[in-house]
Amino acid sequence: MKILVPMKRVADPDNANKVKISDDATQVTSEGLEAKPNPFDEYAVETAIRILEDGVGSGNLRGEVVVVTVGGDDTMRQVRQCLAMGADRGIIVDGDDNQLDATIVANALAKVVEKEQPDLVVMGKQAVDGDSNQVSQALAELLGWPQATFAGNIEVPADLSSATVTREVDGGAAKVKVQLPAVISVDLRIVSPTGVNNNVAAGKEYQDGPRYASLKGIMKAKKKPVDKMSLSDLGVDQTLKVRTVSFTAPPQRSAGVIVETVEELVAKLRDEAKVL
Amino acid sequence: MSNVLVVVHIADNEVKKAVLCTAAFAKTAAGNLGGSYDILAIGADLSSAKDALTTLGAQKVLLAQGADMGDALAERLVPVIEQVVKAGDYKMVVSPASSIAKDVLPRFACRMGAGMASEVVALSFDGGKFTYVRPMYAGNVNGAVQIDSDIEVVTIRPTEFEAIEPGAASSAVEDVALPAPEAVCGKVEFLGFEKSVSSRPDLAEAAVVASGGRGVKSKENFKLIEDLADAMGGAVGASRAAVDSGFIHNDFQVGQTGKIVAPDLYIAVGISGALQHVAGMKSSKVVVAINKDEEAPIFQIADYGIVADLFKVVPELTAEIKKIRG
Repeated sequence: MKILVPMKRVADPDNANKVKISDDATQVTSEGLEAKPNPFDEYAVETAIRILEDGVGSGNLRGEVVVVTVGGDDTMRQVRQCLAMGADRGIIVDGDDNQLDATIVANALAKVVEKEQPDLVVMGKQAVDGDSNQVSQALAELLGWPQATFAGNIEVPADLSSATVTREVDGGAAKVKVQLPAVISVDLRIVSPTGVNNNVAAGKEYQDGPRYASLKGIMKAKKKPVDKMSLSDLGVDQTLKVRTVSFTAPPQRSAGVIVETVEELVAKLRDEAKVL
Repeated sequence: MSNVLVVVHIADNEVKKAVLCTAAFAKTAAGNLGGSYDILAIGADLSSAKDALTTLGAQKVLLAQGADMGDALAERLVPVIEQVVKAGDYKMVVSPASSIAKDVLPRFACRMGAGMASEVVALSFDGGKFTYVRPMYAGNVNGAVQIDSDIEVVTIRPTEFEAIEPGAASSAVEDVALPAPEAVCGKVEFLGFEKSVSSRPDLAEAAVVASGGRGVKSKENFKLIEDLADAMGGAVGASRAAVDSGFIHNDFQVGQTGKIVAPDLYIAVGISGALQHVAGMKSSKVVVAINKDEEAPIFQIADYGIVADLFKVVPELTAEIKKIRG
């Protein structure tokens, strides 16, 4: 089985408050911030490995995990990070983040799927910079494949013939079974110790969160193949349908008062704020 | 192309406030375009919801009713919306940013070759063109986006728009003749919906929310937050750190990548105030922070703060509130 994992390079989300808006308000700059794989996509890499692994943490995959990104040449580092976790190969589609939208990225990924013929696409539910949450759904539509978004749990039979996905939705969890090939987007809890059950490594629990790359993994990643191609090579229409015309800082709340006691707080909430 | 279509999925015949907020958004947009707005309601049973929907100022209320509509699979709903949009004169298709809309609308937008703006918080119209403001970078930046396609697809954060005032039942009601399921529907099977067991109000629409973070320390301790919420008749929320630590289900996560809430009163307990979290609750009217770390960023955005041990203060607060509310 082959799993394709699309990954976006983003500015360190733990320091997202340090991104700056350019003086002409047309760009967001993340100078000085470390570039990282989008966390939800990192979870997708972990998910793909867990689906294919023959034992918890064994690193032996019953198939291939291919990581693809659409971004600049400088995304090599983030692709290698995913390879160091245990993915097998990388693909970089050259593109400028400011000249991409969900339509262009989904079309590029559809072309890569055409070439690679994966059995499954697993990706993050959204990139934490653009926060659009559109690409997995658009990709599924372009391919005519079923989709299972916001996966918090995935169970696959040992023969990997389908996937039963528990989706994290408003008010509870929706369970769907998709035939493969399919597109799955993952949410936070997929990397919990029991987020993936492949019925091979069954009954054992994973560590919480995506795995760290081992030193051996990092060394091996350096030798793993990474193909490069351009949007033009893939024949993707690069006309933006969604343009960001300007950026502004959102309105901020200001700090209020510190109270000393619960009595004082309750009095203020009742008499001043009138919310009790 | 001067009309607006509101697409809403309705469960249990309940017309939520989010629908009223989206209707208000559509009214503004249709006014800009010099057109009108319709509501496409999708659900297994809309028998009693339809009357409420006719009071929201829409020209038409279109009902897509059927057993499989309730499952809300994107593969099934996209051709239904497509059929309605192609039969109308719509420039914009808009939904509240529910998990169903987030799942379905991007697939629909792709089907139509349309651009989409997600989780919009403000709308403007100038020179015949809409500009949508939407939070990005975990809420640290607002981006103003424009869409260059015949149809514009939008999800909105309902908490950022005033609900429309229901009036007289004025909309014409039409049933949508459902198109046959497409081949892809044979590749996905809906197995069921497991409702979070809660007697509390819906987090996204509650007037009061008590939220717990990493400081709550354990799943068992979350009872403190639940007791506080119950004393106020409110909902329970959580920070991403609390969800990550396994204290509570992801469904309760408030933040840019979780639920967006805007209650009258938001009480953040043991929550440091990461921007990711703040992005999901900063539109709350009154924010209270309880944290033993006086340097916690949550105090920078709270109207009232107590620097203290939550295990001491929260039970006290719960007791005081119980006294007031009798």
